[in-house]
Amino acid sequence: MSRNSDPKIRVVNLFKSFAEKEVLHGVNLEVRQGESMVVIGGSGSGKTVLIKCIIGLIQPDEGEIYVDGQEISALSEQEMNEVRKKFGMLFQGGALFDSLSIWENVGFGLRQHKRLGDEEIRRIATEKLALLGLRNIEDIMPAELSGGMKKRVSLARAIAMEPEILLYDEPTTGIDPVMADAINELIIRMREQLNMTSIAITHDMTSAYKIADRIAMLYQGEIVEVGSPEEIKSSVNPIVQQFIHGRSEGPIKVL
Amino acid sequence: MILFAKTLSWTFRPPLQGREIIKQMQEVGVRSFPVVIITAAFTGMVLALQSYTGFKRFGAETMVGTVVALSVTRELGPVLTGLMVSGRVGSAMAAELGTMRVTEQIDALYTLATNPIKYLIVPRFLAALIMLPVLVIFADVIGILGGYLVGVQILGANPTIYIRRTWNYLELSDLYSGLLKAVVFGMIIATISCYQGFSAEGGAEGVGRATTKAVVVSSLTILISNYFITAFLF
Repeated sequence: MSRNSDPKIRVVNLFKSFAEKEVLHGVNLEVRQGESMVVIGGSGSGKTVLIKCIIGLIQPDEGEIYVDGQEISALSEQEMNEVRKKFGMLFQGGALFDSLSIWENVGFGLRQHKRLGDEEIRRIATEKLALLGLRNIEDIMPAELSGGMKKRVSLARAIAMEPEILLYDEPTTGIDPVMADAINELIIRMREQLNMTSIAITHDMTSAYKIADRIAMLYQGEIVEVGSPEEIKSSVNPIVQQFIHGRSEGPIKVL
Repeated sequence: MILFAKTLSWTFRPPLQGREIIKQMQEVGVRSFPVVIITAAFTGMVLALQSYTGFKRFGAETMVGTVVALSVTRELGPVLTGLMVSGRVGSAMAAELGTMRVTEQIDALYTLATNPIKYLIVPRFLAALIMLPVLVIFADVIGILGGYLVGVQILGANPTIYIRRTWNYLELSDLYSGLLKAVVFGMIIATISCYQGFSAEGGAEGVGRATTKAVVVSSLTILISNYFITAFLF
C-alpha cells in the first residue's frame, strides 16, 4: 500500500488556448487512488477541455499530466492507446456508435482488444448492461433509446473493459431528476463495487454533493478551491459561494 | 494529404477490420451498382447516337462501335462512375463521419483505445479502392452494350460489323488505363470525403457543409486528375 500516497492522476500547471481564447490557465489537480473527484464550474469554464486533456483527446499547450506516475502528454499514439486502456469515459450525449447495436456498442472495446468470440462478448455485454439495470435491449439500435438509457448504455460501454479510472462528462445533464438520481446511485456503486478512481465534471450541485469525495471548482481556467463537499459548502470564497448557490449576483459575471 | 499518408500507414498494420471492410464494400460497391449501370447504359446509348450523327457526315458510320468502346473504356466509364460514386458514397462517408465527429463518437473511439483512422477510414479507403475498378468493369460492359443496342436496333448497323469494329480497335491497354483511373478515383473519393467528415465541426450545419464540400472537392479532383493521368499515360 506504499503507492497509496501517490496520486492516481496528477495535473500540473496545465495551459490550453483555442485561437486566442485561453481556456485553461495553469490548472493543478491531484486525484487519489479510489477517489471520486468532482470538478464543478460554469459553462465554458474549461471543464470538458480539462478531462479531454487527461484522456489525451486534446493536447495541452503547456504543463504535465501524470497517470500512475507516467507523464502522458508526450506519448506516441500507440503508447497513449495503452494508457487509454486504463480509462473509461462517459460522454455527455452518450456518444454511442449509431451503426452498431447496443451489445456491439458495449462490447466494442472487447472486440477490438481481446481475442473473444461474439458469444462471449455478448455475454459480457449483457452482464454489464444488467449491472446498470438494463435488460433485453441488446439487439436494438442506439437511436431507439431515450437520453437516460443512452447514458446508461454508454456507462456500460465505459466499464466493459474494467478500467481503473472513469471520466464522467456531465453525467446528469439533460435527463429528468429521477433518472439523474439513478445515475448518481450508479456512479456511487461503480466506485464501491469496482473500486474505480473517477473524475466527474458537472454543474449539477445535487449530483456533485452526492457522488464526490472531493470537489474542485474551476473558474476562469484555474482551480480556485478544492475540498470535501462539507468544506466546499462552508467555503469563504465568494466565487464558490455564488456558484454553489446559483446566484446571478457576485464576482462571477454572467452578463 | 497528411490523412492520405496516415491512412496508408495504418492500412498495413494488423489487425485488419474485416467486418468493417466487407460492410463498406457492400456500401460502395453493391449499393452503387444500379446507379452506375443506368449511367453507363445511357451514356453508351447516347454516344452511339451522337457519333452516328457525326460520322454520317463523312460516311464513316461503321466506326460508331469503335468510338463507343474507346470512349467508354478509356474515359467515360471511369469518370462517370467516379462522379456518381463520389455523389452517392462520398457524401454518405462525409455525412456519417461528420455526424460521428460532432456527436463525440470519434472521441469515444479514442477513449476505447481504437484509432479512428484504422477503424473508420482504412475500411472505406480499401473498399473504394477495390470496388471502383469492379464497378468500372461493369460500366464498361454495359456502356458498350448500350451503344450496341442503339447502333444495331435503332440505327440499323450490321451486328457483325459493329462487333468486329468494337473488338478490332479495342486494346487491353484501353481497359487498363480506365481501371488505373478507377483505382485513383477510389482513393480520391475516400480520402477527401473522410477528411471532410473527420474535420467537420459546428453541429448539423457543419456536417452539411462537410458533405457538400466532400462531393464538390472530390468531383473536381477526379476531373482534374483525370486529365493529368490521361496526359501522362498517352
